[in-house]
Amino acid sequence: MKSLAARRAVNWIMTGLCGAGVVVAVVPLFSVAWLVLSRGFRALNVDFFTALPSPVGETGGGVANAILGTAYIVGIACAIGVPLGVGAGVFLAEKGNGRLGEAVRFTAEVLSGVPSIVVGIVAYALVVIPMRRFSALAGGVALAVLMVPTLARSTEELVRLVPGSLREASLALGVPWWRTSLRVVLRTALGGIVTAILLAVARAAGETAPLLFTSLNNQYWNFSPDQPTASLTVQIFNYAVSPYSDWHDKAWGAALVLLILVGGLSLSAKVLTRSRFGATR
Amino acid sequence: MAVAQPRREAAPPRRRHNLPDRAWGASLGVLGVAVLVVALLILSELWRVAKPLLATTGISRFVSTSQWDVVRETYGALPFIYGTLVTSAIALVLALPISVGLALFLTEMSPPRFRAVVSFPISLLAGIPSVVFGLWGLFVLVPILRHDVEPFLARTLGFLPLFQGPRIGLGYLAAGAILAIMILPTITSIAIEVLRTVPLSLREAALALGATRWETIRIAVLPYARAGILGATILGLGRALGETMAVTMVIGNSPTIRASLFAPGYSLPAVLANEFAEASSGNHTAALAALGLLLFVVTLLLNVAARVLVRIGTRGPRRVAA
Repeated sequence: MKSLAARRAVNWIMTGLCGAGVVVAVVPLFSVAWLVLSRGFRALNVDFFTALPSPVGETGGGVANAILGTAYIVGIACAIGVPLGVGAGVFLAEKGNGRLGEAVRFTAEVLSGVPSIVVGIVAYALVVIPMRRFSALAGGVALAVLMVPTLARSTEELVRLVPGSLREASLALGVPWWRTSLRVVLRTALGGIVTAILLAVARAAGETAPLLFTSLNNQYWNFSPDQPTASLTVQIFNYAVSPYSDWHDKAWGAALVLLILVGGLSLSAKVLTRSRFGATR
Repeated sequence: MAVAQPRREAAPPRRRHNLPDRAWGASLGVLGVAVLVVALLILSELWRVAKPLLATTGISRFVSTSQWDVVRETYGALPFIYGTLVTSAIALVLALPISVGLALFLTEMSPPRFRAVVSFPISLLAGIPSVVFGLWGLFVLVPILRHDVEPFLARTLGFLPLFQGPRIGLGYLAAGAILAIMILPTITSIAIEVLRTVPLSLREAALALGATRWETIRIAVLPYARAGILGATILGLGRALGETMAVTMVIGNSPTIRASLFAPGYSLPAVLANEFAEASSGNHTAALAALGLLLFVVTLLLNVAARVLVRIGTRGPRRVAA
């Protein structure tokens, strides 16, 4: 048997080591945040938000088309992914206690771990090959597939949180099940579902890998779904691995814009959650 | 990430002959089945695109040869498999002790208020897009590795083949280190959830026997949480295997197999990211899709295993080892 002093010493050493984990985890975060802020801020100017990318070898220009391109691709993704994901979530909550529900739930869980680049290949096979060109639609399909599993799982949880008494009250008044489902249960869960959608959009906007060979990139404006489209994330990648220091600055600037976008979406999701809980008595 | 499934019976439609109710039920069913269809589509489409190559080269030759020559149309996946495994192993070795220590610190050792203060930045870390991590890795981490860490490792552990050779910063070590940072929040948050399910009575029993806090963790908490922490680790591993952008930007992109961790290599997702858009021939595309298929199957199996383990872990083992 070791002495008490030795055991106490071991206890404090291990506590110290575990506490050091906090520092190790937080330092990279601050380093990333500081560099993106300091280096990104220098790259921002009016042109950055309004101009097209400059040709190789010239400085100046901006990433305006990439900012709108990201919004465009994510918009397409939402149009496909939100009805599917939320619908599947409602299915899981309302009718998901059978064997089919179990299978869908498990599939959604496992799908959320599929590497996003693999989803890119699938969108390539489904959209790019038949259309014979890279397109915003293909990028949207890839992001939609990524949104579905997380949306389904969070929607299920939110719908299940709706008190059973609300549902029972509505049914007791003779309101049919489908109307109860839509007008009472979903309505109550709506705030939470909007929050979940915002978080899914934030995640989708930060994705790069599935866009590399679906929506590709574009030096110009594009608003037709069947053409290659620029996105912030792919632009960051291309600028970062280029040999030009002006493009490196642009990459940091674009990273700052991306972080503000993603962070803003997550933050508004948080605020929404809070105000929702404040409103319910 | 919630692990427990609330098992409350949703109100079922009692009158089946009610048409609108049936239509509503059916449309919900269609949306649910759509998730299954998406999963099947992923598998079938990958297989469809990859088939021409697997039919001519054969799966076993594809995964066991190391020549990747697009011009001569020879495709061997071994360098990418090797790079993926090595970088993920580095990531786990670095991230596992830190995240388990962090989870223990937050659940067992620190005051609750501190917990809230620390878990917020960790959740932020999980939300940073991977291309931003790649940018940071390329311009911050790689220079640090090149100038400080790699020379230090070469001086102290240079007798090992792992730490020999030219030190350029870009390579397995850089990719593994950035992966470690990226999987840290995943493992930590699930480990915290698992540790929370350890019954208080176990801790109290150990403390009542005179155990110190660390001894309590060692003899009461960790044995109970073992399966769940293993599950968390496998989920982290799954994320590391499939992580694309950050790795692509710092691994050096060289389709070779080297023993040194300082050497540039390649990983499965990285080669997909770099070559897929410019795939020159049908065979090249097929070879890349085959790499994707391989990645998909491996991460799928890991995810299934991890989910099962986390479920067992949060339920607790049937009998705690004495």
